[in-house]
Amino acid sequence: MGVTCTEEGRRMTIQISGEVDHHRAKEIMTELERAVEAGLPRQLTLDLSGVTFMDSSGIAVLLRTYRQLAGLGGAMEVAGVPPQAGKVLKAAGLERLMPLEYKD
Amino acid sequence: MRQAAKNEAVLTFLSRSANEGFARTAAASFVAQLDPTLDEVNDIKTAVSEAVTNCIVHAYPQALGKISLRLRLYGDNTVEIVVKDTGVGIADVDKAREPLYTTGDEARSGMGFTIMESFMDGVKVRSVPGKGTAVTLVKRIARRAGVPA
Repeated sequence: MGVTCTEEGRRMTIQISGEVDHHRAKEIMTELERAVEAGLPRQLTLDLSGVTFMDSSGIAVLLRTYRQLAGLGGAMEVAGVPPQAGKVLKAAGLERLMPLEYKD
Repeated sequence: MRQAAKNEAVLTFLSRSANEGFARTAAASFVAQLDPTLDEVNDIKTAVSEAVTNCIVHAYPQALGKISLRLRLYGDNTVEIVVKDTGVGIADVDKAREPLYTTGDEARSGMGFTIMESFMDGVKVRSVPGKGTAVTLVKRIARRAGVPA
């Protein structure tokens, strides 16, 4: 599975790994939605350090989770963003909406 | 008129989403002949992924259809990629190219053409409703020291 989740209090970290394209986007969205519904985090960190490829489907995945969190009164940040995924997210202007922390 | 291509490959595959990964990997593999940087390869993979996904989602919404990927390398270190379908076509190409505009489902962001434009040196879209769409992507690969022309 490409999504793993750890929890501490109301802080949650979810790791997404592998290729995030249209082929996998719905499955990843469903898993994220379930994890958020189950944990109701105040603060969610999406860790993308294991993502090997991302296209604009990844933007849809992040926006959907961002909206779900906002609806629950929580906040979201994105960590470990690899260069290729970072370029995609930057082209979409996502850093104006949520904090993005890049992988070294 | 453009010079003749130095090398060319044409692939045809069905509009299954599993082929998104195949198409971008095949393109990256062919372009490797020009000794591109990792960034240049990733730009090409990303743009091909967007163009092929558009065919899968929009060109053939009801049934499977054929997608062709034509890769051409030119002597001036330019890559030209044409992603073509014979699907429903795009009624308003300018509208389709606008950021955030999408007629796709919740897994689409409406950023496909924006990504293609920002990652490539040229993006051309020709579409005839009812006949199909051809997206041409052009990228110049920087020549690196020590690489013969």
